[in-house]
Amino acid sequence: MIEAVGLTKVYGDKKAVDDLTFDVRPGVVTGFLGPNGAGKSTTMRLLLGLDRPDAGSALINGRRYADYPAPLREVGALLEARAVHTGRSARNHLLAMAATHGIPRSRVDEVLRLVGLDGVGRKRAGGFSLGMGQRLGIASALLGDPGTLLLDEPVNGLDPEGILWVRTLLKQLAAEGRTVLVSSHLMSEMALTATELLVVGRGRLIASGTVDELVHRASSDAVVVRTHEDDRLAALLAGEGRTVQRTGTETLTVSGMDSESIGVIAARESIPLIELTPQQATLEEAFMEITRDSVEFHGSLGADVAPAVSGPLA
Amino acid sequence: MSAVMTREVDPGAGHVTLPRVIRSEWIKFRTLRSSMWSLLVAVVIIVGLGTLFSALRAHRFNQPGPDGGPRLADFDPTTISLRGVFLAQLAIGVLGVLVVTGEYSTGMIRSSLAAVPRRLPVLVAKALVFALATLIVSELAVLLAFLLGQQALTSTHLQASLSTPGASRAVVGAGLYLTLMGLLAVGLGTLLRNTAAGIATFVAVVLVLPLIANALPDPYATDVGKYLPLNAGTQIMSVAHPDPTLLGPWAGLGVTALYAAVALVAGSVVLKRRDA
Repeated sequence: MIEAVGLTKVYGDKKAVDDLTFDVRPGVVTGFLGPNGAGKSTTMRLLLGLDRPDAGSALINGRRYADYPAPLREVGALLEARAVHTGRSARNHLLAMAATHGIPRSRVDEVLRLVGLDGVGRKRAGGFSLGMGQRLGIASALLGDPGTLLLDEPVNGLDPEGILWVRTLLKQLAAEGRTVLVSSHLMSEMALTATELLVVGRGRLIASGTVDELVHRASSDAVVVRTHEDDRLAALLAGEGRTVQRTGTETLTVSGMDSESIGVIAARESIPLIELTPQQATLEEAFMEITRDSVEFHGSLGADVAPAVSGPLA
Repeated sequence: MSAVMTREVDPGAGHVTLPRVIRSEWIKFRTLRSSMWSLLVAVVIIVGLGTLFSALRAHRFNQPGPDGGPRLADFDPTTISLRGVFLAQLAIGVLGVLVVTGEYSTGMIRSSLAAVPRRLPVLVAKALVFALATLIVSELAVLLAFLLGQQALTSTHLQASLSTPGASRAVVGAGLYLTLMGLLAVGLGTLLRNTAAGIATFVAVVLVLPLIANALPDPYATDVGKYLPLNAGTQIMSVAHPDPTLLGPWAGLGVTALYAAVALVAGSVVLKRRDA
């Protein structure tokens, strides 16, 4: 259980984290989602006591991280920026970390095997690819077999096989009853990995809830209908008091009525339908919708081009 | 913790303690090539230069000076054989800075401080491990330099031995001096968190400040100069002709220790207070 209350961190005149309050429950993977610069990494550092908050508090299982006599056994963290000396081998890095808590050598070899680095444990971490670096970071996080895991962008730089591995690992860790907080700016990844979501933008909490809730909230209740007899159907539905927009050749977008009712009306009037699609947003669209005003860095196209509309969330 | 959790780690393995952090820092120290290289360079300089200078001095000694007699005025066989310390302190200083700043430049410091969130034990353990390794290596190196140097000076019949009054003090003191200079560098590295800034400041304090102090008008030049870490600390290696205007051997070394202590305390405050 992670509890943040009114967490605030100011760098110069910029509020990196602004009055952030949230809970992270054990047993499910919680995604910490937000655009770059939203304050995700800063929040992670505040949780670990690496940065001191200007206001508010962050507790892990009711205690501040720094107050634990054996913090690595309570909380395992993977920080976004690499936190490994490039001149030291992966195994020696883990041995040094383990030594602070009296964690046995056998556990170091165990986590190296677990993340698939046992073959390169004696190579210098400076020569690691981004993906290998992430695996080493995950190995460090798991070293003390902690009940809480904080992982900042764990799939960054991983190949598809590695991404799948992380996804499975996170779900497995959560299923074991651990608290798992995973940050990402990739909504598609979070849709597949997380159950709960915390969405942040410009240091503020914008939304929280389950992935399903957030997708539902961002979805409009519109239905897209295609038919050759679009004029007749439009007139019929408008007559029922519904809002009907012509959104393409022989294509209507209907609001205020579900697809079933539209289908029934069309059948009754013998209007053949070519397409009848409820508009469900993807998490990506939900994310864009929710964070629209909170994006720190807009690309030159970002603000103008609508997100590519894809099919309903798989 | 909930009952569903699997605890594979030995539950009795326990908490973070200072001895464990020292063990961790020792693993870190010995697993970096920079540590081994810096110490090796220091040893080569101390032994090599000490022996070389002694041999050169012995060679020149047998040629008459400008006045026709042997050059005795500043002849201190102990000091000559320990000359390498002046250059070796740079290798030790660079290592001292790197022991800390290497963690900042690579991001390792975040791992270190996440493992030991009280932070201070990390610096204490780092300083201890570094000091002990440096002390052992440099004591052995200066002893070897002294013995080889005196061997090279036998032709002058003025060579010292460890039983010569002040000689063993100079040998032991030279190793202590190097260790204290290294700790000064550790403190500066912790304070500045940046390799280039740390090394530059170390060189400025150790080598440049004495030059600047020398440029002061006369009474001030020695009054200020004698309290600088180099001038104060190296008096421990002066046996035959100690400079009466400078501090005594142990008082001088004490002043150098004070510099190291101030830098370490300042570094501790910054480490404890500032965001990592």
